[in-house]
Amino acid sequence: MSDHDSHAHETHSIRGYLFVYFALLAGTGFTVWASYIDLGHHWNIVLALVIACVKAFLVATYFMHLISEKKMIYSVLALTAFFFVGLMFLTLYSTHDFPAHTVTH
Amino acid sequence: MEIPYTSQTRPDTGLYNAKVGIWLFLASEVMLFGALFSAYILLRVGAPPGTWPHGWLNVPLGTLNTLVLITSSITTVLAWVALKEKNFGKFKLFHAITLICALTFVGIKSFEYRDKFMHYEIQLADGQIADGHFESATYMDQTSTNHTEHIEHRFRGISYTSVTPSATNDYSLSSVTIHGHKVQAHMELMKHANHEEMKEVEIPGAAIKSMQNYGPWHNTYTAIYFTLTGLHALHVIGGALVIGYLWLLGGAMWKTDPERFTNRIEVSGLFWHFVDLVWIFLFPVLYLL
Repeated sequence: MSDHDSHAHETHSIRGYLFVYFALLAGTGFTVWASYIDLGHHWNIVLALVIACVKAFLVATYFMHLISEKKMIYSVLALTAFFFVGLMFLTLYSTHDFPAHTVTH
Repeated sequence: MEIPYTSQTRPDTGLYNAKVGIWLFLASEVMLFGALFSAYILLRVGAPPGTWPHGWLNVPLGTLNTLVLITSSITTVLAWVALKEKNFGKFKLFHAITLICALTFVGIKSFEYRDKFMHYEIQLADGQIADGHFESATYMDQTSTNHTEHIEHRFRGISYTSVTPSATNDYSLSSVTIHGHKVQAHMELMKHANHEEMKEVEIPGAAIKSMQNYGPWHNTYTAIYFTLTGLHALHVIGGALVIGYLWLLGGAMWKTDPERFTNRIEVSGLFWHFVDLVWIFLFPVLYLL
C-alpha cells in the first residue's frame, strides 16, 4: 500500500469514528430523556438496556475494531459470551426462587 | 533477549501477542463485572416492594461523566490513528485530552462520593426520620459544659453520635444541623426527593436515636453502588496511569520502535474502551432505573 492510500484510509476511518462518537452522545441524551417518560416500569428497563446494548455494540465494533479482527479474538469472545449469557441465565433463573413471603422489619 | 511478536504478527494467530493478551484479560474482566451485575440483579429483584431507592444519584452529574468518558474514548482512537499517520504531535495532543477526561471523571466521581458520605439518615426518638446533608454539629464539653461548633464535616465512622475515643472523647453531641427534611416512614425516602422541600433542620442531641450516613453500609443499594462504581473507578485510575506513562515517557520507544509503540497505544486503548463500555451499562442501571 502506498502512503497516499494509507492516508486516504485513515481520513475515511476518522469520519467513521466521529459518526460513532456523535451516535454515542445522542444515545446518552436519549436514555436520560427516556428515563423521565413513564412507559410502565418494565418497559423503561427494557428500553434503557436496549440503548445501552446498542451503545456498547458501537464501542466494541468500531472503537475496539471488532468489525475486522482475526479469528482467534472472535473465538475468545465467543467463549466469553457463552459464559456471560450462562451467568445471566442462572441469575434470572434464580430470581424465581425467592421465598413467596419475604420477612421485613 | 528480545520479546517475540511485539510488532510482527505471529503466523498462527495472525496477531501480535499483546493483542491476544489484552483480549484474554478483557474476557476475564467481562466475567468479573458480569458477576457484580448479577449481584445487582439479585439484590434488586429480591428487595421487598417499595424498598429499592430511586433518584438517589445526581443525574446531570452522571450524564456529564458519561459524556466525559465517551469523549476520552474517541480521543484514544484518534491518538492511535495519529500514530498510524506518523504524526507524534497530534498523538500527544489527543492523548492529553484523554488524560484530562480521565482526571475529570475521577474528580466528579469523588464529588459524588463525598455527597453520599455527608448525607445522613437520622432515626429520631419520636419515630420520625430526619434525612439530609450534614451542615454542622455542636458538642458539649462534659467537664466545662462549653459548647463547640463543628461546621466542617468530620467523618467519625458509621454513627456520628458514637464519637470514637480520640481528641473528642470528652465531648457529647448536643445538636446536629442538616439540610434536608423530616419524614414519617422510611419508605418515603426511597422515592425521588422534592428538593424544594429541603430546608435547615436542627436536631437536639437528645432526640437522636441513631444516625447513619449513606456509605456502602447503609443498605444493599449503596453497597452495590459503591462496589460497582468503586471497582470501575479503580479501572479508570489504572487506565489513566498506563496512558499517563505512555504519554509522558512513551516518546523514547516511538524513536526506537514506532510500530511496537503504536501497538502499545492500541492495547491500552482497548482497555480504555472496555472501561467506557462498562460505564455505558452502569450509568442507566444505577442512575436512571
